[in-house]
Amino acid sequence: MSVLTGPPRRREPSGILPWLAAPALVFFVGFAVIPLLGVFALSFANWDGIGSIHPSGLTNWRAVLTNPGLPHALWVTFLVMAVSWAVQTPLSVLLGAFLAGSQRYRAVLGVVYFVPLLLSSAAIALTYKALLDPNFGIGHGLGIGFLSQDWLGRPWLAFGLVIFVVSWQFIPFHSLLYQGAVRQIPQSLYEAAQLDGAGRVRQFFSITLPQLKYTVITSSTLMVVGSLTFFDLIFILTEGGPGDATRVLALDMYKRGFQANLMGPASAIAVILVLVGLALALLLRRLGGRDAGDSQLEGA
Amino acid sequence: MTTTLTKPERPEKTAQREGRRRSRPAARRRNWAGGLAGWLWFLIVAVPLYWVLITSLKEKSAYYASNPMVPPGDPTLDNYQMVIDSDFPSYFVNSVVVAVGAVVPAVAVSFMAAYAIVRGWRFRFLRAVNGLFLMGLAIPLQATVIPVYLIIIKLHLYDSLLALILPSIAFAIPLSVLVLSTFLRDVPKELFDSMRVDGATEWTTLWRLAAPLTRPALTTVSIYNALTIWNGFLLPLILTQSPSKRTLPLALWSFQGQYGVNVPAVLAAVVLTTAPILALYVFGRRQLLSGLTAGFGR
Repeated sequence: MSVLTGPPRRREPSGILPWLAAPALVFFVGFAVIPLLGVFALSFANWDGIGSIHPSGLTNWRAVLTNPGLPHALWVTFLVMAVSWAVQTPLSVLLGAFLAGSQRYRAVLGVVYFVPLLLSSAAIALTYKALLDPNFGIGHGLGIGFLSQDWLGRPWLAFGLVIFVVSWQFIPFHSLLYQGAVRQIPQSLYEAAQLDGAGRVRQFFSITLPQLKYTVITSSTLMVVGSLTFFDLIFILTEGGPGDATRVLALDMYKRGFQANLMGPASAIAVILVLVGLALALLLRRLGGRDAGDSQLEGA
Repeated sequence: MTTTLTKPERPEKTAQREGRRRSRPAARRRNWAGGLAGWLWFLIVAVPLYWVLITSLKEKSAYYASNPMVPPGDPTLDNYQMVIDSDFPSYFVNSVVVAVGAVVPAVAVSFMAAYAIVRGWRFRFLRAVNGLFLMGLAIPLQATVIPVYLIIIKLHLYDSLLALILPSIAFAIPLSVLVLSTFLRDVPKELFDSMRVDGATEWTTLWRLAAPLTRPALTTVSIYNALTIWNGFLLPLILTQSPSKRTLPLALWSFQGQYGVNVPAVLAAVVLTTAPILALYVFGRRQLLSGLTAGFGR
């Protein structure tokens, strides 16, 4: 187990160290790694969630892959991911750069910004459901026609609402990441740019943005992998509707598995979810040249 | 408590501190785009929160009759009374049990693992463990809930609070290890060496040296995990069944089914489920924010 990789130069850390990692490893293997292998195995089995499990070969995969529901759910998942990324990233960068400034009121705003992150998705979904109710919500009460539309009744409105609520919940977090990153940009870069006569906008695009590259990668990775797990919010807000307009993969998995008691096909969907997550993380890592893991190793 | 929604506690003091610590660039360089976005976003965040708060204080009849943005002339706590008189206190206790029961072991085992990974980087085994945890960051762990459900049934834990605690610990580990190991790497090697010269074991060094030095990170990770677990919805939804095992988010959802027409009551429930975590935020805000920026921002 404890394989030393090089000849000891100074005194080695003692062999107890691997054992210190053991408890975390046990939990992680038991409830993440084994389930990860399990979900793959279950995708080749029949199970109704209660009775016994029977091997079923490729039936589930054939059923899932030929079902028109899958491309649709994949498409919706991809759309939610791409659109929410495109909405959240520029706003988070702007807000982060803004919050990194020093006026007093910015700190106060920053305190309020963070509040949506404290609310559960359930609370947020219920709040927006009530707030945007076409008959009794805020639009009706204030006589604002735009706000009193039937948000949950029309596919594109429901989709837009999901994007808005997701952004409302998570932009605060990402702007916080950018705020921290902007503060770490060396001041001398801006001073040099100012001597060269670069204006604000030029400075933002030539210094701030390039310096934020790794933060963009980190933040995007969290956004993209996170968007695969949007379940509770969409489940409560739209239940995947109207029709299947907001039925993302995670919701599809839940509905097939725990509502229709088809754990086999649901597991196949889960495997697809895992593969999509892994592929995206690898892609982002390649784009960025390094990821969270590498960035720590540099310090080692 | 609820006033924190619109009026954060001691803002001036925070601002002064942050102002001192921070560099002064933006004061000189005006950021109009950021400023505009900043205030716009403030409204987008604050208006719904304000609406939730004032509506939860309205009579049901007043809710349908009054201007939604105007606070009630005769605020009432009846909605809160109604929520508290239901089983909410027991859901609250369930949430506390699950959050504490999962966060304490999760942070403890993650800290031990992070220490081992940072100190034992020469062990190939520990580098592999680190890689495994990092993989957990890239994979949506919610995709594993079906086998987790199966395991919980096989362990005869279905419909118990322990069923929520065990997977929550596992789900919390990847991020906790990442943040804690990032902090531990900043502890000067000389400190560890001098502990060693003094004859301290790794175990002593872990708790006597590393833990106090990483306390801000430990607090950050604890709060962050508490937040995630407190707000968790999927695990309680699939791993419990009886109302007596509900946690707050699940209770909120079923409460809406029960009292859906009584919007002020639903919103009072929203405020009540959020209040404890808001208190925690007020208490540990600075550490949470600085910890998160440092933990992810490198």
